Amino acid sequence: MKFPISVTLNGRRYQREVEPRQLLVHLIRDLGGVTGTKIGCDTSQCGACTVLLDGVAVKSCTALSVQVDGASITTIEGLAVDGQLHPLQEAFWNKHGLQCGYCTPGMILAAHELLRTNPQPSDEQIRHGLEGNMCRCTGYQNIVRAVREAAAMRRKG
Amino acid sequence: MYAPEFDYYRAGSVSEAAGLLRKHPGAKLLAGGQSLIPLLKLRLAAPAAVIDIGRIRDLKGITVKDGTIRIGAMTTHAELAASAELAETCPVLAQAAAGIGDPAVRNRGTIGGNVAHADPASDLPTVLVALEARLMAEGPDGKRTLDAGGFFQGLMTTALKEHEILTAIEIPAHPKGQSSAYAKFAHPASRYAVIGVAAVITASGGKCSSARVAVGGMVPRPVRASSVERALTGQELSAESIAKAAAQVTENLGNEVLGDIFASEQYRRSVASVWVKRALTQAVGRAK
Ligand SMILES: Cc1cc2nc3c(=O)[nH]c(=O)nc-3n(C[C@H](O)[C@H](O)[C@H](O)COP(=O)(O)OP(=O)(O)OC[C@H]3O[C@@H](n4cnc5c(N)ncnc54)[C@H](O)[C@@H]3O)c2cc1C
Ligand code: FES
Ligand code: FES
Repeated sequence: MKFPISVTLNGRRYQREVEPRQLLVHLIRDLGGVTGTKIGCDTSQCGACTVLLDGVAVKSCTALSVQVDGASITTIEGLAVDGQLHPLQEAFWNKHGLQCGYCTPGMILAAHELLRTNPQPSDEQIRHGLEGNMCRCTGYQNIVRAVREAAAMRRKG
Repeated sequence: MYAPEFDYYRAGSVSEAAGLLRKHPGAKLLAGGQSLIPLLKLRLAAPAAVIDIGRIRDLKGITVKDGTIRIGAMTTHAELAASAELAETCPVLAQAAAGIGDPAVRNRGTIGGNVAHADPASDLPTVLVALEARLMAEGPDGKRTLDAGGFFQGLMTTALKEHEILTAIEIPAHPKGQSSAYAKFAHPASRYAVIGVAAVITASGGKCSSARVAVGGMVPRPVRASSVERALTGQELSAESIAKAAAQVTENLGNEVLGDIFASEQYRRSVASVWVKRALTQAVGRAK
């Protein structure tokens, strides 16, 4: 059985016939050239696959393509506008919030979710907000500093 | 990882979902997918058909009317956690929902899926048992109401029949003098409950006029800590009386306490009273 769906990925509309068992993360990575979204654990725990679904963070390894029919998806590639990095991307760069970069797309979108729901988080709130995302190499200190800087950049506007 | 193949149906209404369930024996309902999709991927479940109830509008939202809180089964953990109305009328539920997993899980996972799944390490079954919630089910034989106390029957087993859908949960809003809290010993990686305790306390003139306490996470299904409840009822509410009552929880844990590589049965039995004390202390603080 195939099921017809349409999604908007980073502002572009796609129509596809998908197998119901297809995971959202595979849909995204197979649409063509948009492979920033990573599969880490594939068991809903590491957050590497985090994307925004209608603006809200979800784990794309734990959603089916058929469930998101009609939705708008933003991946790490969709954050920069007209070649201008998003403040979170800028801050992760400035504060060395990444090393190998594998967790980074998910980490930045989870941080995006945190700042959406709590624009001025404390360090403790940042750590809790990123609870669902694991980094195996940077160490979390610089990631927390990066999110703190991104929040400060937003405050300055 | 790929799930085994299945056919997919999207229900527009509860009655349509009920019809689809009857037509496709062995089909599974799909709500937020935060328990079902991992199970499918691990091939621990292999239904021939999956029926998506995620778009049924009637199943969403929180309303408080005439002292009753009604929560649609498809209301997400994030919505429960963010509800100012719930924080006011039933803090234990908002608090427990806010501590489930992580933000992305809370954005998808639903109260209906959480309680229908009945994982012993889940938070919301324990909370609903302490709240003496009523669960509304709809199936081929019509509608019925189940008490939370009898709903959870064992490890991942509920009183829902094969073709029934959980549609809503009703909880009495706290009257004046009553409040509630949830204390959880969270597994450090998954955040699931190693021990979870929900307490609902009514205070009047500094005394406890009623106490309802449920313990979960460490037992196959949530249990009421009736010895704790009895020990506290009628007492002056103080740190001492709370600690004394909390210690009674060992009487209520039965002989099926769970243990694993992270926390043994013996360890959980030994620290259970600490978590009961924490839940009681916070609920009393809010009730006064
Ligand atoms: C990383 C991670 C961490 C988690 N941590 C916690 C935690 O700390 N505490 C906790 O409590 N939970 C935790 N969970 C589980 C989470 O709360 C799930 O959302 C919840 O258990 C299932 O809800 P769902 O809407 O996603 O249901 P689904 O996964 O869609 O469904 C689960 C089951 O319930 C059935 N079902 C769903 N809705 C209904 C209905 N309306 N009527 C009848 N049957 C129905 C389905 O058929 C399926 O069998 C965690 C999950 C993950 C992935
Ligand atoms: S790949 Fe999705 S949470 Fe790890
Ligand atoms: S930067 Fe390597 S896993 Fe986080």
